[in-house]
Amino acid sequence: MENSIAGLEQNAVKIRRAIIEMTHAAKSGHPGGSLSSVEILTALYFNIMRIDPARPDWEDRDRFVLSKGHASPVLYATLALKGYFPEEELSGFRRIDRMLQGHPDMKGTPGVEMSTGSLGQGLSAACGMALAAKLDKKDFRVFALIGDGEAQEGMIWEASMAAVHYRLDNLTVFLDHNGLQIDGPNRQVMSVEPLTDKWKAFGWEVLEVDGHSPEEIISAAKRAEGVKDRPTMIIAKTIKGKGVSFMENEADWHGKAPGDEDRDIALKELEVICCEC
Amino acid sequence: MSASTATRDAYGKTLVELGKENRDIVVLDADLSKSTKTVMFAKEFPDRFLNMGIAEQNLMGTAAGLAASGKIPFVSTFAMFATGRAFEPIRNSIAYPRLNVKIAATHAGLTVGEDGASHQCLEDIAIMRVIPNMTVMCPADGVETEAIVKAAAGYKGPVYIRLGRPKVPDIYVKEDYAFEWGKGVTLKDGGDVTIIATGIMVAMALEAADDLQKNGVNARVIDIHTIKPIDRDLIKMAAAETGAVVTAEEHNIIGGLGSAVAEVLGELEPVPVIRVGVKDTFGESGTAEELLIKYGLTPCCIMQAVEKSIAAKDLLKK
Repeated sequence: MENSIAGLEQNAVKIRRAIIEMTHAAKSGHPGGSLSSVEILTALYFNIMRIDPARPDWEDRDRFVLSKGHASPVLYATLALKGYFPEEELSGFRRIDRMLQGHPDMKGTPGVEMSTGSLGQGLSAACGMALAAKLDKKDFRVFALIGDGEAQEGMIWEASMAAVHYRLDNLTVFLDHNGLQIDGPNRQVMSVEPLTDKWKAFGWEVLEVDGHSPEEIISAAKRAEGVKDRPTMIIAKTIKGKGVSFMENEADWHGKAPGDEDRDIALKELEVICCEC
Repeated sequence: MSASTATRDAYGKTLVELGKENRDIVVLDADLSKSTKTVMFAKEFPDRFLNMGIAEQNLMGTAAGLAASGKIPFVSTFAMFATGRAFEPIRNSIAYPRLNVKIAATHAGLTVGEDGASHQCLEDIAIMRVIPNMTVMCPADGVETEAIVKAAAGYKGPVYIRLGRPKVPDIYVKEDYAFEWGKGVTLKDGGDVTIIATGIMVAMALEAADDLQKNGVNARVIDIHTIKPIDRDLIKMAAAETGAVVTAEEHNIIGGLGSAVAEVLGELEPVPVIRVGVKDTFGESGTAEELLIKYGLTPCCIMQAVEKSIAAKDLLKK
């Protein structure tokens, strides 16, 4: 049930609610880019990836690296829902002496594969993991999620060159293309388009999906599995703040926590969607 | 002492030995394998050698991912690019999660020579030392390099190893050298002053001590091959017993060995500390020998520093 489309949609609502609760309670954090990548993480953790929450160190598990580490709320909510740690931990997000750091810490949190937060670095680590699989002739897959603003980092392109050079067909990267970053739209801050042409020119297989459609995400990940000798970039068109009307497409909600009233409205909206499914 | 081995050569040879023993060892370079000597490993184990091209940030980030998946990556390029260009991936992707990556950077210091200031890294000890979880090592000769590289391979966690371009005199004899993790080596005993040196300056410290002996000054000489964690006990004891300290390093006098020693002694055993090093300036093109003389890294400069530190000690007594 949980890996069916209906199950994924229900989980997506639960994760969105958790993102609102966490950032509200912490009075800080990044709701916008967390909400935009909910379906991607839901599809990965509840359908696509070969993982076992009871064995987070299982050698043959698939790996997921959240390169856009500021979207930690979506990762934590997903890991908790999947059973990597108790959901009560979510209330300690960004609090002193608690497990869930502002940005992911692989040493302290079960299921977190790489410490990230400084943009541009997670993709390189994912390449390293994919290389390790090749060296050891293991069949695990490595997934990563990067942001569109993150594509402005030079390190992303260093890694993108290396992933093709080393034929990392076990690497599948999602790009959460919501078009917004802290200071405003990508096109105003620093143009990143044409993203598809750029990664194609680097030699990647490039797919485009609706980043809020679990079916499209799952089918793209399946296609990526069949691609040989090169990595796959799945450009997922998304809406920043997706699911909460007043946060949608608003750059201001990149790194701002919802207040009491914001939270109440948001949770109400998310309840409605929940009842529909 | 005869000039015989460059620490980078000893590193290249040791890597090949380690590669035979441990299949998890992988080596990464950034288009400088012929200079860093990782080319020896590349020839022997082409499948476990990853040239990452001229892209040092990704070099470090990839090593982090390999280590997160159980590999033991040795990463090499010039010290300038390893610690300068890739500082933040080292800090955030390697040291923060305490991943098992060994950064062996060559061409550190002025002795890069003709390439000039852009390539003469005089800051690497400082910027690696300030990162939590990072071990910082700097061997004095080929024998010590071999011991350090082997010890680093057996240690679980990030290590920075500082290596040089030129041949340096042999100080140790392999059969007699017992490397101890985090322990400095007292190479010569003496009661008047302690010279604490690292890297190529260890041989010069010994030379200075010999000359001082002729003038009736008994200098103790300590090789600090591990700058972090530093051997606090040995340094404290030497300062207490000799009352005057000189440090010597091929690095900016800010932030390197001299600073580390001064930090220890300021807290544990305040005595005069005179630092020999590059005096907060950039280098320039020239031969290694010419540069060492011009920038004050010679046995003679160490002797002058010793005079100063002993004079300061005597002044304190009065």
